[in-house]
Amino acid sequence: MESNRPRARELQATRVGARMMIVVLAAVLGSALLGILVGAVDLSIGAIFAELADRVPGIDVDSGLSARDTAILWELRVPRVVLAGLVGGMLAMAGAAFQGVFRNPLADPYLLGVAAGAGLGATLAIAYFPGQSEWPVSPLPLAAFAGAVLGVAVTYVLGRSAGRPHAAATLILAGVAVAAFLTASQTFVQQQHSETFREVYAWILGALGTVGWREVSLIMPYVVLSGIALIFYRRLLDVMGVGDEEADSVGISSARVRLAVVAAATLGTAAAVAVSGLIGFVGIIVPHAIRLVLGSSYRVILPLSLGFGAAFLILADLIARSVLAPAEIPIGVVTAFFGAPFFLLVLSRSRRVA
Amino acid sequence: MRRIITVLTLLALAACGTTDGVTDTTGASNTTLVGAATTGRAPPGESSDFPVTIEAANGEVTVGALPGRIVSLAPTATEMLFAIGAGDQVIAVDEFSNYPEEAPTTDLSGYEPNVEAVAALDPDLVVVSDDLNDIVSALAAIDVSVVHHPAAATVDDSYNQIEQLGVVTGNIDGAASLVASMQSEIDRLMASMPELDEPLSYYHELDGSLFSVTSETFIGELYSLVGLENIADDAEGGETLYPQLSAEHIIDADPDLIFLADTKCCGESPETVAARPGWGELTAVTEGSVVPLDDDIASRWGPRVVDLLETVVAAVHRVESGGS
Repeated sequence: MESNRPRARELQATRVGARMMIVVLAAVLGSALLGILVGAVDLSIGAIFAELADRVPGIDVDSGLSARDTAILWELRVPRVVLAGLVGGMLAMAGAAFQGVFRNPLADPYLLGVAAGAGLGATLAIAYFPGQSEWPVSPLPLAAFAGAVLGVAVTYVLGRSAGRPHAAATLILAGVAVAAFLTASQTFVQQQHSETFREVYAWILGALGTVGWREVSLIMPYVVLSGIALIFYRRLLDVMGVGDEEADSVGISSARVRLAVVAAATLGTAAAVAVSGLIGFVGIIVPHAIRLVLGSSYRVILPLSLGFGAAFLILADLIARSVLAPAEIPIGVVTAFFGAPFFLLVLSRSRRVA
Repeated sequence: MRRIITVLTLLALAACGTTDGVTDTTGASNTTLVGAATTGRAPPGESSDFPVTIEAANGEVTVGALPGRIVSLAPTATEMLFAIGAGDQVIAVDEFSNYPEEAPTTDLSGYEPNVEAVAALDPDLVVVSDDLNDIVSALAAIDVSVVHHPAAATVDDSYNQIEQLGVVTGNIDGAASLVASMQSEIDRLMASMPELDEPLSYYHELDGSLFSVTSETFIGELYSLVGLENIADDAEGGETLYPQLSAEHIIDADPDLIFLADTKCCGESPETVAARPGWGELTAVTEGSVVPLDDDIASRWGPRVVDLLETVVAAVHRVESGGS
């Protein structure tokens, strides 16, 4: 099959080798460590390492950190790094999966209405249920999650009617229409509740500033399930990359694969968006950077997107919270501001670009 | 879709910048009294001194005769108009003008002002705080006098706006006595502050995503008046007066007082603050010094700044009596 692939190149990697595995693990762990060491408050590096070591079973070290510093480290900084990693990995992997299943390089996790649906859900929650502090779970992430899933479901139902040669394109167009409709609804709700502007705006730009372990535990199940499902489909995505008819001819139902991939990617993305807002660009540049350097096999792109997406967003969040410390920059600004030039660099230096 | 989101974001940004005074509106310092000097002191209730001219943010504004059909599209202006005794002349106020109670609230919007809806009321004077949708020039084009009074940067700006409203509504004495009483109340509150060995520090919260204010803002100046130190002033790297603070910084700074200006908008309360990860052990939380404010009072620059300051000073007294 390798030789049949129209875009096959001599250096195509089709599996993640041991060396690549070490590189991606190092990237994730290195960025996570950096993210934990650096913050708005200066904690001594030695003390942080002592704290980390202290958490290893069987080791008992006194870091000398005050109770307040310990709270800063374990209740703010570490969960924030973990969440940035989960969200970044999820968005990058979902982006890669969408690019594969739609054979469209511009596809990102928000393609089918996740962002617009989540945006409408979040806006409704902010406008009509402001600060339901007595609720066990705050309504905002629930509404954003529900909106995201609903948005994609509507897109899918409306867009699936087309036959095989146009199935992917029809879904994308349905997504554009649904997103436009949902965004218009959101704008209308916002106009009716102008006092919600700043909150909605902050949410749209993405926020990891006030997260804790609760958010981590909220999205963890979705990210794990979605990740396992997407990685399970990595070979089928390679086949789908050739074309729906070709996939069908070797006994793979392209429509079913597409539905499964869209469902898995959407659940994971919706969960990520629900807790962190609309963080853009990760789902586009991370998979493409990997594709440019290592070739277009999803057996490589999917697992590496998970790792490098995590590392990328951890670093982006690090920049977001340290450049103007103790003030913060919205993380969505950082991902595009630093991500775009980086991506152009990869693009221009890559000899693989046709 | 990306483009739609970008456009939406820009829209939100633009609206955000003006609706809650996030941008440092220019012209706030422009509020000098021209009319008062040229017209002299008017006896109360007398209109013989019209026409009058003032210098507002939209330039020279001339009001030809004593206005009897005033429309206010700004909650702060509404409060000022009623406090100086011009309430009887006000025929309509915008949807967010919820104080005082007798204000004739309508569904007019100050954020999305519609010039035809305003014109339909046949006003002879319109007061706005934000020149959105080109409302100022649109009203000027149909010969309606418009006073643009943007968010005040200092308490003196507030006094100027009150005095200018006094001039254009023929309530110069009412305005003068309001300013005098505000000044004496603020002086009294400042004098009542306890002697502190160490200045108390505070964190003023605008919303749950930890947006705050620096001391350069109007509200920050009020806190400075009574000698409180702002933990957001460390955020000097940015140029914004309304920085979004890092939770780490707030916890590390461990402010003596936390003021919540997001109780109505966002449902924050001392309980929700205590429940945030890492916040439970803060001094202000354990000592009960998380002070809920009325969002409206804390975001306006009208006569009720005195009430706000009163709340702040009372909180300081509680900290001092509890601590010593």
